[in-house]
Amino acid sequence: MELWYTEEHSPDVRFSIRVDEHLYSAKSNFQRIDIMRSDEFGVFMTLDSLMMITEKDEFIYHDMIVHVPMAVNPDVKKVLVIGGGDGGTVRELTRYESVLEIDLVEIDDMVVSACLKYLPQTAGKLHDKRVNIFYEDGLKFVRKKERYYDLIIVDSTDPFGPGEGLFTKEFYGNCYKALNDNGILVNQHESPYYKVYAESLKRANKRIRQFFPITKLYQAHIPTYPSGHWLFGFASKKLDPVADIKEDYWNSLGIKTKYYNTELHKGSFALPNYVKELTEE
Amino acid sequence: MYKFDQSKTPIYEALERYKAMRVVPFDVPGHKRGRGNSELTEFLGERCMSVDVNSMKPLDNLCHPVSVIKEAEELAADAFGAKHVFFMINGTTSAVQSMVLTACKRGEKIIMPRNVHRSAINALVISGAQPVYVNPGTNDELGIALGMSIKDVEKAILLNPDAKAVLVNNPTYYGICSPLKDIVELAHKHGMLALVDEAHGTHFYFNDNLPASAMSAGADMAAVSMHKTGGSLTQSSFLLINNDISQGYVRQIINLTQTTSGSYLLMSSLDISRKNLALNGQSIFDKVSQLAAYARDEINKIGGFYAYGRELINNDTVFDFDVTKLSVHTRSIGLAGIEVYDILRDDYDIQIEFGDIGNILAIISVGDKALAIERLISSMSEIKRLYSRDKAGMFDHEYINPLVAMTPQEAFYAPKISVPIEKSFGKICSEFVMCYPPGIPILAPGEYITKDILNYVAYAKEKGCFLTGTEDIYIERINVVSEYDSAGKSL
Repeated sequence: MELWYTEEHSPDVRFSIRVDEHLYSAKSNFQRIDIMRSDEFGVFMTLDSLMMITEKDEFIYHDMIVHVPMAVNPDVKKVLVIGGGDGGTVRELTRYESVLEIDLVEIDDMVVSACLKYLPQTAGKLHDKRVNIFYEDGLKFVRKKERYYDLIIVDSTDPFGPGEGLFTKEFYGNCYKALNDNGILVNQHESPYYKVYAESLKRANKRIRQFFPITKLYQAHIPTYPSGHWLFGFASKKLDPVADIKEDYWNSLGIKTKYYNTELHKGSFALPNYVKELTEE
Repeated sequence: MYKFDQSKTPIYEALERYKAMRVVPFDVPGHKRGRGNSELTEFLGERCMSVDVNSMKPLDNLCHPVSVIKEAEELAADAFGAKHVFFMINGTTSAVQSMVLTACKRGEKIIMPRNVHRSAINALVISGAQPVYVNPGTNDELGIALGMSIKDVEKAILLNPDAKAVLVNNPTYYGICSPLKDIVELAHKHGMLALVDEAHGTHFYFNDNLPASAMSAGADMAAVSMHKTGGSLTQSSFLLINNDISQGYVRQIINLTQTTSGSYLLMSSLDISRKNLALNGQSIFDKVSQLAAYARDEINKIGGFYAYGRELINNDTVFDFDVTKLSVHTRSIGLAGIEVYDILRDDYDIQIEFGDIGNILAIISVGDKALAIERLISSMSEIKRLYSRDKAGMFDHEYINPLVAMTPQEAFYAPKISVPIEKSFGKICSEFVMCYPPGIPILAPGEYITKDILNYVAYAKEKGCFLTGTEDIYIERINVVSEYDSAGKSL
């Protein structure tokens, strides 16, 4: 018997992984959660049938969403992670001794409990004593904070479902308010390639630029995400992600990474022309 | 408990049976189940087009129901606790007009608050009935009109013992209820009918924790806008009758202006929605009330905004409050309601029901999710952070007591002249001027145009309210009653 997981990357394009075993399937109040095991990508999790993380390639996403802002501002002490119930972003953050407080706001507690059980590779640091987990809507949580965080990481699903509120103007405005004067906002920014993702990217980008004086996109190559070409948004009140990188300092920390390095950091902000045009429209 | 099985949907079931028969149509509508209009069918869907059909024996006839529509009406009457219910497919406007036309003939008086929807005053233009306006109470802090005080209604009744009916607007758009039961009893004591424009109160019939409904208060007729909070399609509505009102006479009145080609899409939507409300209304509106209460609390925590609720109750002009309404006073942050309404739509992709001079109203309903409520609250918090300003110089009231010179019908059909609106001071208005929504006339035909009203209109225009009602589509000119007849003779 052959069992395949298939995601439609566009109405006319499909991406499939041969599945060994379907480990977990549940419907929470917000979404359907599935965890499967495959030979090629190890254990992977999907939400509403969309790929979230795989054991084999998650390092790329989590390296890029955490180490880029951390290399720009080594003084980051208080971090808010919105989404990211799989724990991968938190795991990378816990590698910095200088980080004192990590608030994880995940709307769906079932995602966290499923990952604790089936994906210890990413969820393994969720019990670190610096981590506080809040199970609520990120939009609501951030509304109540003012000039508190040094870094906000939006590790969300796509904007078609429970993640929708995290791509809105009211969300970015409230994030701006919740950040202190050196604050940085990093978010997963969708793919520029397929039309529906590119449209969300454009809208999100336009809204972020209304609040932050410095906004730049950077890219990574993630095999299991639509088109494999994924973007992240870097928005900040003061610090420029390339000009202000503390290269020597970061390298002195000796954090061993599989994808990120400070050369790649600088290069990741160099974008293809069609992506530049997409956000300049 | 209900007398009939409320899980039945006779019109919907008849349509399903009809579809299964695969009848060859040589009747109207000419799109023939959508086949003749592929673009429209692609847009609305084949299932929708296949039940856009004409009256015929298996499907009954709205003008004279004898089978499935009659059964559906009886089920609705059972659900609403009325003697009879009419399916209305020309909007709640037609239900309000049918009430007024049933109650009074030309020259007869009807007592009503002035802050009614234009449909009620339109009915006076059509019928020639004479309004006796009761000034509603007002809340000076919020600048809004409230319900009618029982004392004011009694005064109007004693001064006009020949009036035929009292019309109550319950609840108002903002969710404010009048002392309905007392008004109904008072009207009945003086031999008058009690009519209720209940356009914003469908849900009162299906949840124990909401204000009293018109039928439970003993009213004779009520217009219920099922499409507003009941879940049916836009333009579909119910007219409820009770007590000694003649079903046959009301049907004749309805048929004076109602289409003879009643839409089965609208009728089946009423049928299915009535079933849903009867079976699930309690839990649906419990949830809606919770969502609205949560939103009110959170918006009040933002500061500046005032999302009002049951604390307004004063046992008179605010006899009760509809907690499903999310009405928010915005003037304290220096923004007119209409400005907040525009910012929410233009900047945050959030469409609310309306914004007026000092307030906004968001409709919370069966279709809402907690995540969407969070978006609204967070956007309001941002609007305060980014846009709030000094409130000096802002207009502070929605409602202006009218000075009535003649009946709406007399003024509407009188010899009239068109003048620039700023030069109309002191003249008698011959048409309507209103912001839409909420559609409550600032000026109705037959009222004096005062300085206060002209200032209000100019302010509403400046703030971006959508003004309607005048013959001149740009609202730059206004028709006033001429002081001369067509031969130039002074009137």
